[in-house]
Amino acid sequence: MAELKYDKKTGRLLFTKQMKREGYRILMPNMAPIHFRILRSVFESFGYNCELLETTGPEIAQTGLKYVHNDTCYPALLVIGQFIHALQSGKYDVHKTALMMTQTGGGCRASNYIHLLRKALKKAGFPFVPVISLSFGMEKNSGFSLTLPLVRRFVGGLVYGDQLMLLSNQTKPYEVNKGETMALVERWSDKISKQLIDGKGYSLEEIDANLHQLTKDFSKIPLNRVPKVKVGVVGEIYVKYSKMANNGLEDFLAEQDCEVCLPGLMGFASFKVDNRIEDYKMFGGNRLKYEFCKKLLNYVTSLETLMVESAERFHFVPPHQYAHTKELVKGVIGYGSKMGEGWLLTAEMLELAEMGYENIVCTQPFGCLPNHINGKGAIRKIKEVKPNANIVTIDYDPGAPKVNQENRIKLMLAVGREELKKREEAQANAVEPERIVVE
Amino acid sequence: MKVGLDIGSTTIKCVVLNDENKLIYSTYERHLSQITDKIAEILNRVRGEIEGVENAPIALSGSAGMGVAQDCGIDFVQEVYATRVAANTFIPGTDVVIELGGEDAKILFLTNGLEVRMNGTCAGGTGAFIDQMATLLNVPLEEMDDLAKQYEKTYTIASRCGVFAKTDIQPLLNQGARKSDIAESIFNAVVSQTVAGLAQGREIEGQVVYLGGPLTFMSELRRCFDRTLNTEGICPENSLYYVAAGAALCAEQTIDYDAVIEKVKNYRGSGNFAFNKPLFENESEYEAFVARHSRANVTQKELAGYDGKAYIGMDAGSTTVKGVVLNEFGELLYSKYLPSKGNPVEIIKSFLEEIYAINPYLYVAASAVTGYGEDIIKNAFDVDYGVVETIAHFTAAKFFMPDVEFIIDIGGQDIKCFKIHNGAIDNIFLNEACSSGCGSFLQTFANALGYEIEAFSKLGLFARRPVDLGSRCTVFMNSSVKQAQKDGATIEDISAGLSLSVVKNALYKVIRASGPDELGKRIVVQGGTFLNNAVLRAFEMEMGTHVVRPNIAGLMGAYGAALYARRKYKGKGRSKIANEEALRHFVHDIKVTNCGLCNNNCRLTVNSFGGGRRFIAGNRCERPITKKAPSSDLNIYEYKRTLINSYKPVEGLRGKLGIPLGLNMYELYPFWYRFFTELKFEVVHSPVSSRKLYLRGQQTIPSDTVCFPAKLMHGHVQTLIDSGIENIFYPCLSYNFDEHLGDNHYNCPVVAYYPEVIKNNMKDVRKINFIKEYFGIHRPKDFPKKAYERLSFYFPDLTLNEVRVAAKKAYEEYDAYMEKVRRKGDEIIARAEKEGRKIFVLAGRPYHIDPEINHGIDKLIAGFDVAIISEDVVSPRVTPFVTHVLNQWTYHSRLYAAAKYITTRKDMELVQLVSFGCGVDAITTDEVREILESENKIYTQIKIDEITNLGAVKIRIRSLLAAIDND
Repeated sequence: MAELKYDKKTGRLLFTKQMKREGYRILMPNMAPIHFRILRSVFESFGYNCELLETTGPEIAQTGLKYVHNDTCYPALLVIGQFIHALQSGKYDVHKTALMMTQTGGGCRASNYIHLLRKALKKAGFPFVPVISLSFGMEKNSGFSLTLPLVRRFVGGLVYGDQLMLLSNQTKPYEVNKGETMALVERWSDKISKQLIDGKGYSLEEIDANLHQLTKDFSKIPLNRVPKVKVGVVGEIYVKYSKMANNGLEDFLAEQDCEVCLPGLMGFASFKVDNRIEDYKMFGGNRLKYEFCKKLLNYVTSLETLMVESAERFHFVPPHQYAHTKELVKGVIGYGSKMGEGWLLTAEMLELAEMGYENIVCTQPFGCLPNHINGKGAIRKIKEVKPNANIVTIDYDPGAPKVNQENRIKLMLAVGREELKKREEAQANAVEPERIVVE
Repeated sequence: MKVGLDIGSTTIKCVVLNDENKLIYSTYERHLSQITDKIAEILNRVRGEIEGVENAPIALSGSAGMGVAQDCGIDFVQEVYATRVAANTFIPGTDVVIELGGEDAKILFLTNGLEVRMNGTCAGGTGAFIDQMATLLNVPLEEMDDLAKQYEKTYTIASRCGVFAKTDIQPLLNQGARKSDIAESIFNAVVSQTVAGLAQGREIEGQVVYLGGPLTFMSELRRCFDRTLNTEGICPENSLYYVAAGAALCAEQTIDYDAVIEKVKNYRGSGNFAFNKPLFENESEYEAFVARHSRANVTQKELAGYDGKAYIGMDAGSTTVKGVVLNEFGELLYSKYLPSKGNPVEIIKSFLEEIYAINPYLYVAASAVTGYGEDIIKNAFDVDYGVVETIAHFTAAKFFMPDVEFIIDIGGQDIKCFKIHNGAIDNIFLNEACSSGCGSFLQTFANALGYEIEAFSKLGLFARRPVDLGSRCTVFMNSSVKQAQKDGATIEDISAGLSLSVVKNALYKVIRASGPDELGKRIVVQGGTFLNNAVLRAFEMEMGTHVVRPNIAGLMGAYGAALYARRKYKGKGRSKIANEEALRHFVHDIKVTNCGLCNNNCRLTVNSFGGGRRFIAGNRCERPITKKAPSSDLNIYEYKRTLINSYKPVEGLRGKLGIPLGLNMYELYPFWYRFFTELKFEVVHSPVSSRKLYLRGQQTIPSDTVCFPAKLMHGHVQTLIDSGIENIFYPCLSYNFDEHLGDNHYNCPVVAYYPEVIKNNMKDVRKINFIKEYFGIHRPKDFPKKAYERLSFYFPDLTLNEVRVAAKKAYEEYDAYMEKVRRKGDEIIARAEKEGRKIFVLAGRPYHIDPEINHGIDKLIAGFDVAIISEDVVSPRVTPFVTHVLNQWTYHSRLYAAAKYITTRKDMELVQLVSFGCGVDAITTDEVREILESENKIYTQIKIDEITNLGAVKIRIRSLLAAIDND
């Protein structure tokens, strides 16, 4: 068994090379299923024995409540609850298991999740389970490092995840043969995962080729294009994507006969890189870091361009480019508002409204601090800029009853349907006089 | 003809409209959660009474109707949408609809961009809330309106949820405030909750329509809305039926009545609800349990004819009054347990009368009183001793278990828990913000379902599948229960589930225990709620251990008070408690007045009991009683407030520049003041916060869950604008100064970016220059250039050089300010050391010095003759150390450092002020506690909100002082 080593200054338990060598199983929360499946392969390709936690159910929140301060945000409760629940399940050799969690280092509470997790582990009797911070330089571990090649593949994984999510959301509600879309998602996820494990599929050229083929495949799915209410989902990143956190929001919207659009993770990645650039511009700082971040952002942008181009080529509604999304929020919220999802959350609502997804669910954990500013706090202004925006904000926490949440969403949808009907009628009316002229 | 049904949270409404959309049939009934039976019944009735209705389209609406509609094949119309359709049809030209229902509150803006606002996770300001309040006032719901009409004064009551309001109302009742004034205040609270919580920045203007039960039945409530909104809204005919009528208007589909009624009757939901293990597997398990608990017993003796020394103990709790008489051996001669019905004075009087009637020659040696009503009862009846509740309960618990490690008391309204360490109270948990009223919640729920509480909780004992309702603020549990019912849970399952929830709330919300080991093995449970076997069992199951429940669990406060009196008794003489003669001449007059001795202008309730004995309540300091101002010499909060006000505006060429005095400005004001004064602006700040100032900006608050200090900013900015100021400076600051205490030096997201919220939600800021630019004060070198770039946009005549000079002065001024504060702090410490006083570090954020935010807590604590310093005084005395959290916010780093420092001082205690809704403090409180407890210091936290009950704060402080004394 690997020796337990601790950081000299902070006393933090480290994830060592020996642990990696011994094949420690690294558990990861499954925030966004399509993305994380691919990302897992990225880690696997670098020799990490990763596993996504697929557990659900009320015990997870209960476990979270037991080991984390109850006023902590819901995502922390769930993620930590899920980890501890897994360790307690008996399914894992807890002395050969590590946990991985993201850490952005921003001014939001989320940067503290990892510390809350360590506190919880101690309380639950697992002080020997190391926690790996997935971050840029926040915490170092000899057994795990975000090397440039890894980051490159990781970003590649995000691109595929985003594209699969985007396309499937556009075909699934209309598919003639039920299940065809998800089967295709499955096939492509497999294919890409295999490539990544083999150390392929992440260069610009390969990504371009893959995206082309992938998008083409989706364009071949036979569709029945009936008008549907188009709904965009934004919010705190975990609650927005995770089924467990948002009570199956996407499924609910599908049941309600909607087409859903979730802005992708690439925007968030660009945003986090861009924050460092904006910080430099706003307050001054290290020029080298600034230049590096600009390069990184350029790289991400070039990947984004590939996604947009392939989507357009096959007549899908492409996502906005990050630069354009950023432009939209000018005059609404300053670029300095960077904690949590920051101004990007506001920008995404504007983006969705512009793309035709003007019915928007803004999801957030109960009492989410950045959301006071960029979500609830910005909606009034958004409606001024985009009067067609039809936004409902939904708070999620362990006790918020699903029935109330769905009721609120239904109201938003009722208004959305009314608008859709009006538009259809207007279209019908617009066609008729024309015909008279022709006759 | 069209039919519409509205299934609300408490009632069902059904209407039939004819082809002209006229109402030809309507019914409005309570469903007592028997939703499906009631629907079937009504459908049957309508079919019988209205000819041809079977061919009419029908639709169903209402918050509780969604699942039924889906599964039984009736079209569902979202209820707000239905209201809107009805309003547009029946009252064209309506601008705003305000609708209050059983558990819902809604505002619909119909014109100028449709918007709908409904209460989300908050049940405050709804019918259920008013119901709860009526129960608390002990008046029938119907009388609330008449009562309110007779009001003379109003009090400020929080309506965020029933729990808060209860903590506000209870002391008012105990202090003898008039019910009519309280009723009116409750209505005002509903209005302010609706306006602030729902309107969220949008103004309510034009034609306003009132709908729903509470607004239909209570004209005074409508008048309160009218007054606040400055309008005259209408409450149309059939105002109860708008949702149902809207559903009817949207109806498109006819149904087969027989088939639907059959389906509705058989609708039992999916049966998929999460559930727990049964409380008892079988009868014999239950019997063993009952036998075990009957062992903790106090012997009963006769009061009549007793001729020894007797000790009286009384507990004037929030909802109940308890009184006991003990003999020398602690045996029970007499006891009484009564609801306080809003006036504990009357109850105690009759309690004493009863005792004297049974034993006219009783020799009362000593008496003591505890509980919320301690002060008033002590004054009214000349009781010998007042004892803080915590000590009373501990005294009683020790009697049953001398080595008790943990005491938990769940009463009607409160949860109190204390950890005992080395024979002293070491840690106190009181429910403050959340999950209060657990016992009474069970009661309300039982009643709502048509049961008595005893019968209701017994139902749960053998439930097979107790519903898992989680740990949750009880007010919201209503909806969870509804959902469970829909999913097929039986009344037994729900009863057991509620008992489990009460326990989970106490354990995981109040105590935040992670398991039984943390609380110790020796546990005494008490309080009326634990007399309930289902709750007791649930507690033992959750804790995985056996506990002791005395047979007088409901009387423990009073019993402890009596034991306390016995201990304090000097061995001779009689108690000076009012005797039979005194009771005969007892009078109790109540007057309400405003203090007016300082700018707090507290609303005082003056109780006179004849013979010149008076008791004043509602005061935040001792001044109205002693007529002397509390000494401010040893209170740094006072000093900081004075210091901030010493930065006087200096006339300048560039005109006036206003700064809102709130949040981080409380500390950065000296910086910006100097900066802009040097740049030749006349710098003024908004006035000191007050209720009035808050209300001025209330309408523009977009997020009702943000912390109160942030909400106050709207009032500050509005006040500045109203005063005619053209430039307001309120910058965004991602970072604060780096004090080198932590890993980073952020501001919290709210402090950092609240100016964005002001800009986006207060339309008046467009009339002026509102400067909310981003600045980097943490980088003094870059600051001048960057600040110049930002500011020259607004003031093109500025020069970089000017800004450089001003910036240098600004940094100096800030340092000077901090230095002054620290020097004063050192002075206070030195004096306290010399005088041998305790020093309290009242730790929070810079803005906690705001009197509207801290509600005078600093003065209250100063009243206990202790010195008060703030965290920033001692934080620099610590060298950086490793915390178990990411130490990344400047203000919060000070908390950790201060906590670390006081562990080295025997004469210092830390009390942390936490604003409700402060997400960051979910992290800091645990860490501060850990730091303190690692060195055996007591951690005390006070949660403060828009309104704070100082009574509870007093208990905390007194308990803390008592605990230190015991050391």
